Parts: sequence; structure tokens; C-alpha cells
Amino acid sequence: MKQSALVRRWAAVAGVVGLAFATGSCTRKTASSGGLVAGDAASRVYVPPGSYDEFYAFLSGGFSGQVNVYGLPSGRLLKEIPVFSQFAQDGYGYDEDSRDMLTTTAGFIPWDDAHHPEISMTDGVPDGRWLFINANNTPRLARIDLTRFETDEILEIPNAAGGHASPFVTPDTRYIVSATRFSIPIPQADVPIAEYARHFKGTISFVRADQPGKMDIAFQILMPGFDYDIAHAGKGPSDGWFFFTTYNTERAHEKLELNASQNDKDYVAAINYRRAEQCVAEGKARDVAARYLHHFVDPATHQTRTETRSSVKLLEAAKCEGVAYFLPTPKSPHGADVDPSGEYIVASGKLAAVIPVHSFTKMQAAIAARKFDKMEEGIPVLNYEAVLAGEVKNPGLGPLHTEFDGKGNAYTTMFISSEIVKWKLGTWQVEDRIPVYYSPGHLMIPGGDSKKPWGKYLVSLNKITKDRYLPTGPEMSQSAQLIDISGPKMQMLLDFPTIGEPHYAQAIPASLIRDRVVKYAKLADNHDPWVTRSEADGGIQRTGKRVDVKMIAIRSHFAPDNLEGIQVGDTVYFHVTNIEQDWDIVHGFAMFKNPNAELILSPGETRTLRWIAPAPGIYPFYCTDFCSALHQEMQGYVRVSPAGSSVPLSANVARRK
Amino acid sequence: MKLSMPSRALVAIAAALLLLLFVTPLWRISLQAPQYPEGLGLKIELTTVTGVEENDLQNINSLNHYIGMKAIDPATIGVLRVMPWAVAGLALFGFVVAAVGRRALLYAWMTSFVVFGVAGMVMFWWWQYDYGHHLDMEHAIIKIPGMSYQPPLIGVKQLLNFRATSMPDVGGWLVAVAFVLGAVAVFRTVRCHARASALG
Repeated sequence: MKQSALVRRWAAVAGVVGLAFATGSCTRKTASSGGLVAGDAASRVYVPPGSYDEFYAFLSGGFSGQVNVYGLPSGRLLKEIPVFSQFAQDGYGYDEDSRDMLTTTAGFIPWDDAHHPEISMTDGVPDGRWLFINANNTPRLARIDLTRFETDEILEIPNAAGGHASPFVTPDTRYIVSATRFSIPIPQADVPIAEYARHFKGTISFVRADQPGKMDIAFQILMPGFDYDIAHAGKGPSDGWFFFTTYNTERAHEKLELNASQNDKDYVAAINYRRAEQCVAEGKARDVAARYLHHFVDPATHQTRTETRSSVKLLEAAKCEGVAYFLPTPKSPHGADVDPSGEYIVASGKLAAVIPVHSFTKMQAAIAARKFDKMEEGIPVLNYEAVLAGEVKNPGLGPLHTEFDGKGNAYTTMFISSEIVKWKLGTWQVEDRIPVYYSPGHLMIPGGDSKKPWGKYLVSLNKITKDRYLPTGPEMSQSAQLIDISGPKMQMLLDFPTIGEPHYAQAIPASLIRDRVVKYAKLADNHDPWVTRSEADGGIQRTGKRVDVKMIAIRSHFAPDNLEGIQVGDTVYFHVTNIEQDWDIVHGFAMFKNPNAELILSPGETRTLRWIAPAPGIYPFYCTDFCSALHQEMQGYVRVSPAGSSVPLSANVARRK
Repeated sequence: MKLSMPSRALVAIAAALLLLLFVTPLWRISLQAPQYPEGLGLKIELTTVTGVEENDLQNINSLNHYIGMKAIDPATIGVLRVMPWAVAGLALFGFVVAAVGRRALLYAWMTSFVVFGVAGMVMFWWWQYDYGHHLDMEHAIIKIPGMSYQPPLIGVKQLLNFRATSMPDVGGWLVAVAFVLGAVAVFRTVRCHARASALG
């Protein structure tokens, strides 16, 4: 379809939608329910008080920088896990223990854009050990431990700008990947933007991820200067390969909206990473200087440890024959989705009128027969017809992302026509379609990108909310919708608001995580250098202008709770240990006029808050997490004296046995 | 007159069951409250008092400080020093009864068993009474006039937000079985003796 015809078609659709709004708005009191009897849907999403949801769902927070955990089918928010943004609510990124997690070679960055959660896999099936997620703005990868639901590790990705095609995982979790959204000069250089085509390059990083605390870049592949969008690993027959969508193969550098939409086809980049490993082993990669930081939470101390790394192995795709091929794919494809069998690669062109599906078998044959249309910077471009398994015709408008139910069906979001379309693998026939409200980006089926999807529910992550909830001003929260896909017809069950902007999600049966969740940290295993294991061990000490306070928190007091002898300008470190050994008995620590955040201390944990004594006076502190009947009494006082004062340093310890 | 072989066997088994107290808990006090759906519990063993779960004792002590109850510390409970000797002695005595097989020894053994049982329960009750009543009212945070916190010897009782259930644990039931075996031996012996006297 020509560009102009396509534009006319969208305009027509937009007009029809607009008309529907205009005529319907005066009579319709509520938003559409999608045609389902409400009572029936209610019983299917109802999780009675005290009962558990069937699935954990992890939705990225997008511009919130975090990950949000929901229960399905209820859509209840269970937890917000801080990852790439400071989280004043629990002190993440503020306190001395976690602040370094957010440092980069560009300094401390309090915010990022968290895009694509990925659950670790064993043999191509989600295993519930870890959740990985990428920072899209300043490229980083994070590992969240799913026994504690806390961010444990963050790795910075050098030679990249915008880590969008990330952090998709190999079936054995050996690697997660990070491909740059923006191509930039590699290494960075001060060049005219107009010389984009000459200087700008992309990179794809393969990061070892199978050992917690040891993430590292195994190698980077230097690619042509396109934008790399989304990826998925091969599996089964295509195990050992990775597929990345690209756009802006035009190498435009201004007005991309128009200039990056000129080519009839962009590419899916097929990367043979086993071949890349060979080339690296054969010494074909260069060691390139590149500073990047690696942070991980020391399991003994629960403090962040940081390593600075200084080089990466950079492999030029053109210098390793057989490592990369381009599969022509119509019009700015977004999702690169591999079906459960590993044979089909579905690439949804945002501006395409069809959903093309590539065949791995045909791709192998085309490579063997060297059916190359041309070369792109030394990388063969395979013939479109030679690799095509089939096209889903007239699927809707704006196909974005596809997942699978494990029963031979695929489900694709249609951003522009605002619907989800179910179609059959092999016949490429549309089987069903359901409107969603409004403009879905990604969708998620539990395990829907793995070898064994749990094909019962589908969650549509919608970008536009408008009239779905009571209005809350110009900006509405974004919205997810739960759809039952167990039968031949999709059925809308539930709307639920989401935090930030979920770009992707993962879900896994609760049984794979629930029983492994840690209830408290054992005090005996707490090896924080500032741990205080009993009330008698608390105290205060001065080293020059630095004062360290060791304190415990237990229902319903701090000990010590009277501190004197602190002087104006002293840097005071409050090392507070929650010595409770019981599930969910949490204490907080907030300091009067502290220009920082509070501490939230889970049982058995030590955290440190830094505070500079500002002026003479009395500074109360208190517990912020309602811990017990006498929570309100859980408070204490710091006396600050002028610099050089003779008030002796003191802390009242161990009044109570 | 000698005891019959079956009676001697019963006594030997009873004595052996008593030795199992060294490896099984005697008594259990379970505590249930709205915010403790999983419950807390104390296991009373021959030589110590422990929590049912790893930190139960610590958590119970932590809660008890609100009502001024002194911390339960096995090291300070004197009866736990005596109990192993008493049980070992009673078991040894049982084996002697079984080996020697004299009637008078059996009666003496059962008498000491009764004394042991009654004394044990009285001491347990007193221990519970002491913790439940002798509160440090000066430092108690929650003071309810007239309220004491003695758990029941056996049975169920509501103590503020906690429902306390006190029941024999495996060891307690073993003692009961051992006592019944001893009683059967006595019953058989008395009956045989009576028959022998009647015939004689």
C-alpha cells in the first residue's frame, strides 16, 4: 500500500471513531464494556478476601523507572519495586546502602525509563528466579531477585545510547541482550549530525546473566547505524539466534517521523550469537576502551558494591561472516516475536498493512543458497520472499507486538485501530478480534514469549485511557485490560489502572515464586559492617567531623533514643538495624529537617542514613512504618550543639534487658 | 512372688518410652492472634524451652515485654536441670523392676511414677503462674487491672488478643502411654496375686 493511501485510510478510521464519540457521548454514561455481561466477568476476576491470585504479573513502569507487580486475574497492585528511579517511599537511591545503584559514568542519575521486563528462563520456560529490565535512556540492565522482590544488580552499557532492544533473554539465561536504540559515533565523537551516515553506528551487547552479581558484557557487535527496537531470542530449532527489529534503515537524522518512513521495508536483524562467540574466541573482536559501572548488592552486607570496568570486546559484524543477516520486513517493525516452536519470527511493521511472518527454516535455506538481495555494510540482506512463511492479510492498523497462547494462535496489538487480533499460525487467517481501550502498545500472555505459554489470560497494555475511569485531570493513569483467551472468542474481563507507562510485561504462575519468597533476613546472616544485633551493642562514636550512630529498632522503640554531643556541621551516619525476626514487621526512620528521604527497614536489615547537623537545637526522629500499638511512641531526640561545644558525646544504650 | 513375664515386659516398654522424652517435646503452648495467622508456639522439652518456629521464642518474649512479663530464658528455669535426672532415674528404676521382677518394686516404681507426674504438673503450673502473674508492673506498657496472663495447664484460654492452647506434645502422650502400661502391669499383678491367695 502506498503511503498516501495508508494515510487516507487512517484518516477515515479516525473520522469514524470521532463520529462514534460525537453521537454516543450524550447517551452513554460509562465506557464500553466490550460486550461482555458484567456479572460473568466479575466472577472470573474475583479473588475473595484472603485468597491469592493465580499469576504474578510484572509490568514495567516506563517513565516511572520502576517495576510494578500485579496479581492476575484480580489486577490488584501488589508492589512497586524501585529499579532505575529514586524511591523516596523506602529510601532506595537515597540511603547510603542503595544510592550507588543509580550512579553511572555520567554521575548520579535519579531517574530512567524502564521498558521491558524479562523473567529468567530454564530450557526456554520462565523459571521465576530473576526479573531483568532495561533502562531505556541511559542504557543499563537490572536484575531483580524474585525471592525478595528487590533490585540486586545494575550494569551500565557503554557504546550505546538508548537501550531499547533490551533485555531479552536466551532460553538458558546465559545472555540477556541490549541493542542501542540510537546509533551514535562509536567511540563517541564530536561530529556534524549531517554526517550521520558516515559516523553513526549501532551496537548489540550480549551480557552474561546466569550468575547473580556477575553480570558482564561478553561482547558487543558493531552494526550499521539504524535504530534497534525490540528483540527476542530463538528457541528450539532457532536456539542460538537472536532477532532484532530495526527502523530508520534510511539513516535519517532529522524529521525521522517522515524521513525514517521512506523505505518500503526495514529489517529484522538475525544474529547468530554462537557464531559470534566463535569469532570472539578466534580473536576477531577488538578490545575497545569503554568505561562502565557494575553495581551489585553484596549478599552478606546488603550494601551496594561498585566495580568500574574499562573495556569491551567489540566485534564488527562485517568481519565475522555468518554472524548477521537482515530479513526485509515492511515498514518500521516493532515486535520481533518468536513463536513457541521457534520456527516463526513475527515482525509487526507499525506502518504495514500486513503482519509478515518469517520462517527460520526458509531463512537457513536462503542463507545456504546465498539468496542475497544486497549487502548493508557487509551484512547480507536476504530476499523477502525467500524467508517469508506467510503474511497475515488485513489484520488491522498499526500492528505492534505479538505473543502466543501455545495452542497455535498468535495475538497482535493494533495500535491504530485499537484492537487485539487473534490469528492462526500456519494459515495466517484472522480468527477473532476484540476492541481495547485505547491504542494498545504491548500485550502479554503469561509465558507468551516462551516455549510453553500459560494461555489463559492476555493483558493489553494500553497507551491512552481517556474516559475509562473517573477523570483525574488532563493526565490519566495508563490502563491495562485483562482478556480471557481460554476459549475460541476473546472475552474482556477487567480494566485496571497502571503506574507510569508499562511498555511490556511478564507473568508467571504464582506457585513458581510464592513459596520461595523470603519473609525476613536472618540477623545472624547480616554482615553489614554497621549491624547492631542487640540493644546493648548500640552506641555513638566520633571520628573527626564524622559521627556514627549504631541503633536498633524493635517494637516499639529505638535504642539508643537520646543522642547528645553532636555538633553543627558534623556528618552523622545513622546505622539502624531492625532486629525483628518476624515477617512484615517493618520499621522506618525519619529525621527532622533531613534534606533526603527516610529509611525503611525490613526485619533483620541494616540501613544507613546520612545527615549533616544543620544548627544548634533538638532534632526528633521517629518510626514511619506503623509497626505496633505503640508505634507513635517510637521516637527519639538528637541534641545538636555549636561547633566546639563541650557537651560530651553520649548515647543512652540498653535500658531494657 | 515374681512378676509374670508379660507384666515385666510392659514395665520395660514403659521405661523405654520414658527414655524417648530425651528426643521428643513434652508439651506445646500455641498462640493465635488476628495478626499472627501463622501462629506462634512454645515447645517444652525435657531440658529446654524453644519456639515451634525458629524465632517464635524471641517473638513471644518481644510481645510479652508489653505486659511486663519476664523473658522466657531456658537457662534460668531450674526445673529443666532436674527433669532429665528424674526421667532417667524413673526409666532406670523401670528397667530394674523388669529385670528383678519383684512385686514390691513394681508398686514402688508406680508410686514414684505418680509422684513424678503430679510433681511435674504442679511445677509446670507454678511455672506458668509465675510468668503469668509476677509481672514487672513498673515497666509494663500495657497494664490491665486484675489481668493475668497464665496460659492453661491443658486446654484453651483467651489472653488479650492471643488465644493460648496448651496441650501435651508427643512426649506428653508417651508419658501417658507409659503410665497406662505400668498401671496394666500393676492391675495384672494385683489380680494374679488375689487369685493365687484365693487358691492358696
